This record gives sequence, C-alpha cells and structure tokens, in this order.
Amino acid sequence: MAHIELNNELPGIRGLMAYRPETEAPLNALAELLLRSDDNSLSRGERELIATYVSYLNDCFFCQNVHGALAGHYLECNVRQIDDIKENFAASPISEKMKALLSIAGSVQKGGKNVTPEQVAHARANGATDTEIHDTVLIAAAFCMFNRYVDGLGTWAPADRQFYVDRAPQRALDGYQSSVYK
Amino acid sequence: MPHIELPAEYPGIRSLFVFRPETAAPLCNLAQVLLHDPHPTLSAGDRELIASYVSNLNTCNFCTRSHSAIAKHQLNSDLSLVKQVLADPESAPISEKLRALLRIAASVQLGGKNVTAEEVEDARKEGATDIEIHDTVLIAAAFCMYNRYVDGLDTWQPDNEEFYDKMGAQRVREGYKPSSINVTLTKELQTS
Repeated sequence: MAHIELNNELPGIRGLMAYRPETEAPLNALAELLLRSDDNSLSRGERELIATYVSYLNDCFFCQNVHGALAGHYLECNVRQIDDIKENFAASPISEKMKALLSIAGSVQKGGKNVTPEQVAHARANGATDTEIHDTVLIAAAFCMFNRYVDGLGTWAPADRQFYVDRAPQRALDGYQSSVYK
Repeated sequence: MPHIELPAEYPGIRSLFVFRPETAAPLCNLAQVLLHDPHPTLSAGDRELIASYVSNLNTCNFCTRSHSAIAKHQLNSDLSLVKQVLADPESAPISEKLRALLRIAASVQLGGKNVTAEEVEDARKEGATDIEIHDTVLIAAAFCMYNRYVDGLDTWQPDNEEFYDKMGAQRVREGYKPSSINVTLTKELQTS
C-alpha cells in the first residue's frame, strides 16, 4: 500500500503522476527528451538500457521492468537477455561504447563524484561524444530520482513481468505523456 | 576540470543548462514547481531547506551552497540557521513537522525503500498532509538527481560566499523558470 492516499489504482509512477499533475508535466517532459526524442545519437534502446541498468542497481522493480521491457522492445531481445545485461554487462554482446557508458552510469548511481576521468576517457576512446556522456550521466541521475520517487512513496507494482513486456509496444508508440497516466 | 567541454564562464548546473538547453527546460520547470510556485501549505523556505539538506547529505557543494542561500533569503533568516539544520535537524529550531519531513528526506537520500510507515506516520502526527509527504519525497529524490548531475560531470563550483548569496536573492525574486535561469549571473560572477 502506498504511504499516501493516491485516490487511484494505477501502479508505480503512474499513480503518482495522476495524483500530482503539476509535477507530472516536467517529469514526463524530461523522460520524453532523455529516452524517446529522436534528436539523439544514442538509440532509444540504448537509452532505455541505461535507465534499466540504473533502476536495477537501485532495486526498483517497477522501473527496471517498465524500462527493461521497452529496451527489449527496441533492441529486439527478450527479458532473459535484458536480465543478463543488467547482471553482467561486461560479458554481454553490446558495443564497447555502451559498456563504457553503462560503467559511467553505474558510478553515477553510487554518487556523482564516483565518475572518474579514466571512465570518461575510455568512453571517448570508444566513440562516445560529449553529448552522449552528458546524456548518460543525466539519465542515470534522473533514474536515481524516479526510482526513489516510486519506492519512497511505497507504490505498488504488478508482480507478473509479462505485464510490462505486453505493454511495451504501445508505450513505445505513445511516449512519455500525461494521457498514458490517466 | 569538467568531464566534458562546458562553457567555462558558467558555474555548476548552469553550465549544463547552457550545454544542453533541451534538458534544461524540464529540469528548471521541475524545480519551479517543487521549490518556488505557491504551495498549499509548505513554505518555499521549508522546501529549500529540504533541498539543501539532501544536497549536503549527497556532499554536493554547489547545490548545498546555492539552496542554503536561497533558503536563507526565502526564510528572511541568516545562514547560521540553515547551517544548523544541515548539521543537525534534530536540535535545530524548526517545527516538529519539518523535522519529521527531513527524516523522510534523509531516508529517500539513502534509497526509496528506506522510508518507513512509521516515519510517515510520525510526520502525519505532526500535521503533515499527503501532499507535503509527497512533495518531500519528490524534492529529496529530485536532489539525488540534480546533485549527481552536477558532480557526475564535475562542473566548476565557485568558492565564493558572495556569489551564492547574490544568486540566492536572485532565485527568490525570479524563480527557476528557464527564462530566468538563462539570462542571469555571468556578469555578477565575473565582478565578484
């Protein structure tokens, strides 16, 4: 049960967004820009993967399943493959650039000062641009917010992981906007 | 030195806003709603105290000093009160309700699952409403983002009390809307 009376039955962040539309607007605008805008040299799937990995590190069930399903949808892989990346991205069949960016995201999750010049240099050596490094840090930081928001208010989440997989194609079409939270 | 090439004349999060104006807009709008817009019950000063308290727990110098100065100006107080709250909210001269909300904020800083039903119940006993509890959690969560953003890219953070104080007064006057943030401060910083 959520820590506060949300006056709705929606799961995870959707219940919070319906409860407080004033904060819903900038939160969705941020997610849309960071994760879904096509004006970005990182693919939607790569950005959703960063969001998934950080949500996994923060142990937020709702966020890692929503974004894991979206990453799987865009990258055409199944839940098991996404789980493998979360648990050991270094051994997974993703690009060296993505491995370097996930390593930076993992440092951000612990705290901003954990990002080292060596990690950034390694990402750059594997082709990452300044904007990609910027967006990686901001996506990781933003999920340190979204995850705390969802868990800090004790929201509920559907336990069946297939629920998230089934919803992902429609979520990918609709994007991060208020209509899907009503 | 920042991890990426940022405009050198802008400090902290402002250098990131100038680098990437697209993401600056929702980040500024979120701060505006959480910290500056009229709130049914929680004063802007109390909300800024939550922001600076969490920033201090995250050891983010730029955000701590900025929001401490803004809190000071919002509360028409002096910086020593803010510093007392940051150092030890349990003994600081603040309301029991704010004390209970700061305990929730500290739990959020550690991770969302650390917030307990007892902490929420205690806040409610001191008069906290659901919206106040919601906003406390979201302010604390948001500063776990802003702090990581500012430090994760290793932005330039001036060590100049007068700079933060002037910025604090300005934010109180102008708020956080993207239009207010983008046009300000560079000259003050250069002359201070």
